[in-house]
Amino acid sequence: MAATIQVENLEIVGRRGKGAELPIVRDVSFSVQRGEMLALIGESGSGKTTVALSLLGHIRKGCRIAGGMIRVAGYDVTALSPHECRSIRGRVISYVAQNAGSAFNPALSIMRQVVEPALVHRTLPRRDLEARAVSLFRALALPDPETIGERYPGELSGGQLQRLMAAMALMTDPEVVIFDEPTTALDVTTQIEVLSAFKAVFAERGITGVYVTHDLSVVAQIADHAVVLKDGAIREAGTVSKILFQPEDPYSQALLAAAEPRSRQADLAGQPEQRSLLDVRNLVVGYGQRTAAGLPEKVIVNHVSFSVPKGRMLGVIGESGCGKSTLARAISGLQPWAAGELLLNGEPLAGNVRERTPDQRRHLQLVAQNADSVLNPSKPIGQTLERVVRFYGGLRGAAATRRVNELLDMVRLSPSLASRLPSELSGGQKQRINFARALAADPQIVLCDEITAALDTVVAAAILDLMKELQRDLGLSFIFITHDLHALQSICDRVAVLYAGQAVEVGPAMALGKGVHHPYTRLLHDSVPLMEPGWLESTRIKRADEAMPATLLNSLSHDPELCCFLERCPDRVSGLCDRVPPPVRSVPEGPRVLCHLPASICSEFST
Amino acid sequence: MIAMIGKFRSRHDRVLLLIVFWLLLALLGPLCSSHDPGAIGSQPVFSAPSAAHLLGTDYLGRDTLGRLLNGIRHTVLLCFASTLVSCSVGTFLGIAAVTARPWVEALTGRLADGFLSIPSLLFALLVIAVFGTSTTALIVTMGVIYTPGAYRTSRALAQRIARLDFVTVARARGESTPYIILQEILPNMTGPMITDVGLRFIYAVLLLSNLSFLGIGVQPPEVDLGSMVRENMLGMAYGSPAMIVPVVVIGVLTVGINLALDSSSGRR
Repeated sequence: MAATIQVENLEIVGRRGKGAELPIVRDVSFSVQRGEMLALIGESGSGKTTVALSLLGHIRKGCRIAGGMIRVAGYDVTALSPHECRSIRGRVISYVAQNAGSAFNPALSIMRQVVEPALVHRTLPRRDLEARAVSLFRALALPDPETIGERYPGELSGGQLQRLMAAMALMTDPEVVIFDEPTTALDVTTQIEVLSAFKAVFAERGITGVYVTHDLSVVAQIADHAVVLKDGAIREAGTVSKILFQPEDPYSQALLAAAEPRSRQADLAGQPEQRSLLDVRNLVVGYGQRTAAGLPEKVIVNHVSFSVPKGRMLGVIGESGCGKSTLARAISGLQPWAAGELLLNGEPLAGNVRERTPDQRRHLQLVAQNADSVLNPSKPIGQTLERVVRFYGGLRGAAATRRVNELLDMVRLSPSLASRLPSELSGGQKQRINFARALAADPQIVLCDEITAALDTVVAAAILDLMKELQRDLGLSFIFITHDLHALQSICDRVAVLYAGQAVEVGPAMALGKGVHHPYTRLLHDSVPLMEPGWLESTRIKRADEAMPATLLNSLSHDPELCCFLERCPDRVSGLCDRVPPPVRSVPEGPRVLCHLPASICSEFST
Repeated sequence: MIAMIGKFRSRHDRVLLLIVFWLLLALLGPLCSSHDPGAIGSQPVFSAPSAAHLLGTDYLGRDTLGRLLNGIRHTVLLCFASTLVSCSVGTFLGIAAVTARPWVEALTGRLADGFLSIPSLLFALLVIAVFGTSTTALIVTMGVIYTPGAYRTSRALAQRIARLDFVTVARARGESTPYIILQEILPNMTGPMITDVGLRFIYAVLLLSNLSFLGIGVQPPEVDLGSMVRENMLGMAYGSPAMIVPVVVIGVLTVGINLALDSSSGRR
């Protein structure tokens, strides 16, 4: 039988403005047999989304298919009229977009939107469709499958919406489903749930599809075959295990090397513990009016304490909404705190950056998250750096220029970049400039907020290497805020795990994955996919309900004094966790944990 | 760098070039005509174009071309001045609303809402009825009328820019507010603000022409495009250029800038 998807010698060209046409996709050929899942792997700009969308007969404005053939489930997509395209989209081939949060219309209930594609194609009457939707909700392990359709997108989480979007795509029983980075925007603990649900449905319904992603460990779980794209051309194609374990192309090997968790740790074992540079003590940050207790109405960062020794790197990890960015804003003096204190070199820092001394401001530098918005687009790089050099060091003229070149050299960029504007640089280069700007102040501690989140794996790995070099060469301290456990483990000395605004665990980064930890840390650690096929099936993350059904949770569980992780904790103990606030316990040679940590798991704690 | 400037120019230079062209015409145009625009000659009224009078004569037998060039001067300069007033005051308030304390935004925002709710022609009639008509009164009135619109545009732009990371970093560095406004926010607003200036200029031309047509704008012996149309209404029966040409000029002026704006904002 012919392959369900067959792409031969596909060429797509595009033009920007009135320029000449440039090739975006070059001579791409692949095929997918019925019931198989093909992964399209590549970095941003590699053309993977363009290829995936062309299967739907959709080409972005300004681009066109210059040659080749696309055959999907017997239709020659390149030859279809727009009307015919519409008739197969959503019925024969459907699409699951990256960001489910913005793919749903917030004004309509879930059910109306999920059945819509099927209604458009009039496959079944509405009542049958709704029954079908409910069975899909169940298959995708959504909570309350009977009633979830009555709710609105704003009431559901990102992971739930992503699964609902998959349900929407599967409503018409399409021949082919295209997934475009469906889990990239999700937290790891959510990603694993979504992946398991997808995998179960794929197996049950024998779905043929294309899965676009840059995450190799996801590929290992989901796909049968893989195609590695770079600059619009295929670099390597084959079965997943071949690409992951015997890659032949140098580019695939580089991708794998970057994704491989690798330790960049310097050997610090012999060195004495340095004095503490930055101390965060019981910091409370929030919004709204103060309550009677003197705390804000909405607490975002809740009594967080940790310290950063000189020349060391502290990682702060947590999922979106856990308060890590607010913590960064508070430390850099942009968001006043309600209680607690912050000490730099033993001296208290003011909550407002304007009230800090020039030296304090110089010693603590912020490197912000988004490479695209972090540099003033109307100023050349050199000017941006020179401003900081002059602002803190008072250097002018030739001395300033020399210092700028020195800084560019420090972040491994050519001095000729100084005259360029940010729009002419790549994401990785911008992030290096971002670093250089912080270094221009000659700081003692640099606060990095999710700096690798928006970068491709290979580029991000290079930035991490750079950080490690700077730490070693300049004796800098870092606070590295991230949601990526691999990145954190590879460079950080210490780690603070944030959940719902509380530091549930603070300890050495080396100890992650072994020894005793807070249940959330363990969940986080176990949720990071490994690059082995079958990992998803073999990992069984214990669900909270198994420890103690939610119905048993004491009504007191909304008490803010109680453990913040109570509702999701797989190890919660009835009568203890839902009644008594968790104590701070420290494990000898291990982390400081905010948990009851029952004696049955471990007994050697000192309170 | 050069490529970037080139890009910036190609996006906005049409609008700027067009405005500069009209300004030059307004400043230098009257010098090109040998006729005294106010002089009533012995020629017949509403005469057809001739070598002596390239656009014929008007209802008093005056040279139409000379009056037209003077009319353009008044219309363009008045409107340009009022646009400068509205856009600079509006931009200042818009940025202040973003960078100053919250009550500034609450106050300016509500004031702008209030002004926007009054129909502009009605407001102009009211002000002129109270203070009488004069060049200053017209500039100030039109300036006030279009300030809220410019305020809203600039506030929206500044709000978006002020949230970007590079502004956050500048604040964390301890930069002063004037530095942040002048160096970080303002340079990134210029593109859209030029579009806004062009748009306000068109509005002002239309409003001034309306007012003058109603007889409460520019007063004789001065002349602008709107009052020329009114004076020469009778000429419509004869197909006189004295009435048609100013109408065409108003059209060319406003539609031309509008098209230039569209082409510059539509392309990327």
